[in-house]
Amino acid sequence: MTDRAEPPTAVRFARVSRHYGEVRAADDLSFEIADGEFFSLLGPSGSGKTTCLRLIAGFEQPTAGEIFVHGRAMAGVPPYERDVNTVFQDYALFPHMTVADNVAYGPMIKGVPREERMREAAAMLEMVALGGLGGRKPSQLSGGQRQRVALARALINRPKVLLLDEPLGALDLKLREQMQVELKAIQRRVGITFVYVTHDQGEALSMSDRIAVFDRGRIEQIGTATDIYEHPASAFVAGFVGVSNLVAAEVAAAITGASATFSIRPEKIRIERPEAAVPEGHCAVGGRIESVLYLGANTRYAIALDHGGELTVLDQNREEQTGLADRRVGAPVKLVWNRRHIQTIGARPPAP
Amino acid sequence: MSAAAPAIGMPSAWRRVSTALYLRPGLVLFLLLTPPMLWLGIVYLGSLFALLAQSFFYIDGFTGQVVREVTLATYAELFTAANIGIIWRTAGMAASVTIACAIIAFPIAYYMARYATMRTKALFYLAVMLPLWSSYLVRVYAWKLILAKEGIITWLAEHLGFAWLLDGLLSIDVIGGPSLSASYIGTFLVFVYIWIPYMILPIEAALERVPRSLVEASADLGAKPRATFRKVILPLAIPGVAAGSIFTFSLTLGDYIIPGIIGNSRPFIGMAVLQHQGTAGNIPMAAAFAVVPIVIMGIYLTVAKRLGAFDAL
Amino acid sequence: MRSRPNAKASPRAGGTAGWPLTLGAVAGLLFLHVPLAFILLYAFSTEEKSFVFPPPGLTLKWFAVVWERDDIWRAMWLSVRVASISTLMALILGTLAAMALYRSRFFGKEVVSLLILLPIALPGIVTGISLRSAFNLLDMPFSYWTIVLGHATFCIVVVYNNVVARLRRSSPALIEASMDLGANSFQTFRHVVLPNVATALLAGGMLAFALSFDEIIVTTFTAGQQTTLPIWMLTELVRPRQRPVTNVVAVFVVAITFLPILGAYYLTRDTHESGGSGK
Repeated sequence: MTDRAEPPTAVRFARVSRHYGEVRAADDLSFEIADGEFFSLLGPSGSGKTTCLRLIAGFEQPTAGEIFVHGRAMAGVPPYERDVNTVFQDYALFPHMTVADNVAYGPMIKGVPREERMREAAAMLEMVALGGLGGRKPSQLSGGQRQRVALARALINRPKVLLLDEPLGALDLKLREQMQVELKAIQRRVGITFVYVTHDQGEALSMSDRIAVFDRGRIEQIGTATDIYEHPASAFVAGFVGVSNLVAAEVAAAITGASATFSIRPEKIRIERPEAAVPEGHCAVGGRIESVLYLGANTRYAIALDHGGELTVLDQNREEQTGLADRRVGAPVKLVWNRRHIQTIGARPPAP
Repeated sequence: MSAAAPAIGMPSAWRRVSTALYLRPGLVLFLLLTPPMLWLGIVYLGSLFALLAQSFFYIDGFTGQVVREVTLATYAELFTAANIGIIWRTAGMAASVTIACAIIAFPIAYYMARYATMRTKALFYLAVMLPLWSSYLVRVYAWKLILAKEGIITWLAEHLGFAWLLDGLLSIDVIGGPSLSASYIGTFLVFVYIWIPYMILPIEAALERVPRSLVEASADLGAKPRATFRKVILPLAIPGVAAGSIFTFSLTLGDYIIPGIIGNSRPFIGMAVLQHQGTAGNIPMAAAFAVVPIVIMGIYLTVAKRLGAFDAL
Repeated sequence: MRSRPNAKASPRAGGTAGWPLTLGAVAGLLFLHVPLAFILLYAFSTEEKSFVFPPPGLTLKWFAVVWERDDIWRAMWLSVRVASISTLMALILGTLAAMALYRSRFFGKEVVSLLILLPIALPGIVTGISLRSAFNLLDMPFSYWTIVLGHATFCIVVVYNNVVARLRRSSPALIEASMDLGANSFQTFRHVVLPNVATALLAGGMLAFALSFDEIIVTTFTAGQQTTLPIWMLTELVRPRQRPVTNVVAVFVVAITFLPILGAYYLTRDTHESGGSGK
């Protein structure tokens, strides 16, 4: 391999498409995943993210374009000859084998002698905190434990890229949060590229180095969590990742002076008295409180704007409230936010 | 790759074949399907066509040789009064056996599906399945010795004082006879006995699929148990009955062993087929006769499909 | 196997059945099984010319007679050979068909499934006379193989049903997981597919064996002068010689066919895969 300053590319999609008849599961996708990166494919179900994963794994072949894994073209390479392993959504543990045999499956196929591969498997199980459970059958494990076995089984081959297909989808909330932290820690320790498919934006934001947001077979935006959240490139991204206010062009003209649709995050907006002064570099718009929803840490307000339309505002319930004191339904307010939080939305219209 | 991990057991040739196949799922499908399709296509479909072909040949009355010329002569001969009688007799028997099976099977299936505990249900299931799969001939034979003139039924009738009933039954014109084992009653009894497992299982499966909540809903809406049974359970069991009836009807239609062993030796379709191909050597006639149950079943299946029988199979 | 709660949980909460229903159900079961008891009883009868009840006396000598009878042993041996080879062929062909059909969709799939089902959907006599017609057209002499040809044909669907049910229940991701971990198609078959369908295969094979061992309707048309055990029995039924001898053989036939069916039931009882469709 040639010496390069840049981290080498782990996965590269070059104009890849996967069509099923009329359905375009993946449509002309080009992107790169760097080596050692935690890369998430985020999108609603049917957006093409799982198809991308299956294309990398080799379970499906692209109808057009080419996929490279560490520089090697993958066309015509079956899954068992790709240096890539997968953690399946339903774990796909072999029900007729013990946990240890499951984990040792990869080495067994490679012909590693039994004793040695059992040692390796035990070490892997230790790493995912399942030491001592090697003798059980998968059916005797809890969901969270099966998930760890699947992870150990996929990592034992030391793949160059690990693919994870909504691995935490079947777990309950507490366990999911705990596993998120662990997965991230394991990824850092083994230093393998993780390609992570999820429809849970919170999961993607908290774990990923970079995120690709999918919609209808296309990538809407690729960027870091902050990029995606703070500067959504399209109305779809703004709406899918977090909650966002989308201000239509006509209303926008009245607020900012520019007739362009923009998005503004609810937590960036302050609620002030109607007569409050507007600081330098800020926008302001008058309105009336439509509803108040107390959420514990936050309160969510719906504000009907004087110019028409509605904005959602999220306000933290701090000890001392700033701005407007009287926040009953019907109270007149002035909404104020810094202009830099305005994200003008590109040409693509939202999904029909 | 380290020296410890050579690909043992599987030479690379296998891997290459595997890869070639993996990239051509259509070829894999073709390779998998070819042997069974060749077998069924040649052996089975081929035979069915042979049957059809034979039915259009005829037998030379003089030489007793099959003449391989296409003609409808054999079919014309099929529709003589005697043969029509055979066909009606068989169809009538098939219909009455089917009805009797449905009546006897229903309570068993109903009990299995709704009231039996796990254990009793397993017991029932096994008890129904064993005779379905095995010992056909033995079970027919069992009835030969039960129904024999000197057998247990006669003995019981004499000792329990219902000999008059037995004699009365046997003296009825068409269905009676010298003994139970030489009468239509006997034939009918054995048919019902042999085919009843085929009726129990589909009805049980259909009843099993009636959600308990549906029954409760009906009760909740004020229906008395009897009304619930009539308005909810029975209609939902109909596909099961229809599915079971396909078996009982088809099996009775084609059977030649039972009426040959138990009965008054007036022929059924199956016996006619056997006789024509065997002693008479008239294979065209046997073939034409065998087409009859196929046609009847074709009509029957069309009706059964309307009743939803295929969902309950 | 993966943990699966018993597929057909009994709706036990429904209270108890009324006595007429219970009586009906129990009477139905007795109706099914009591006749077989008489076969057993008459195997010990001292009366050999008729089925007189009650038997005048009981004896074990008929078992010894059967032991000495060459014709029975020959018929038995032929039946065992036919059933074994038919089962083996059905196992291969049925498994191939199941693997081809369980997940794929293609034009004509319905026709293919129908073709597999047809041999048991049509009355046995149709299969029998069809084969007979074909042998006649081809001037094929009757032999061991003509019997096998017929038996294997209707046994395919038994194996097919069992294997396809098992394949449908196991996660399709298992095969992908195996390939993902480096196993090629053959290794995947050997290490993942085969162990997963093994019990279904065994169950299907046992049922096929029982079915073939017991078969008479088709066999009559394909055996010619050969005598399988059921044909031997049929001859005895039509022209009885020593009736208790037939009974002893009948008892053995019941035992030989019941055992594999019981085995098949226990191998697949979680799902009742093997029930439903019969001969």
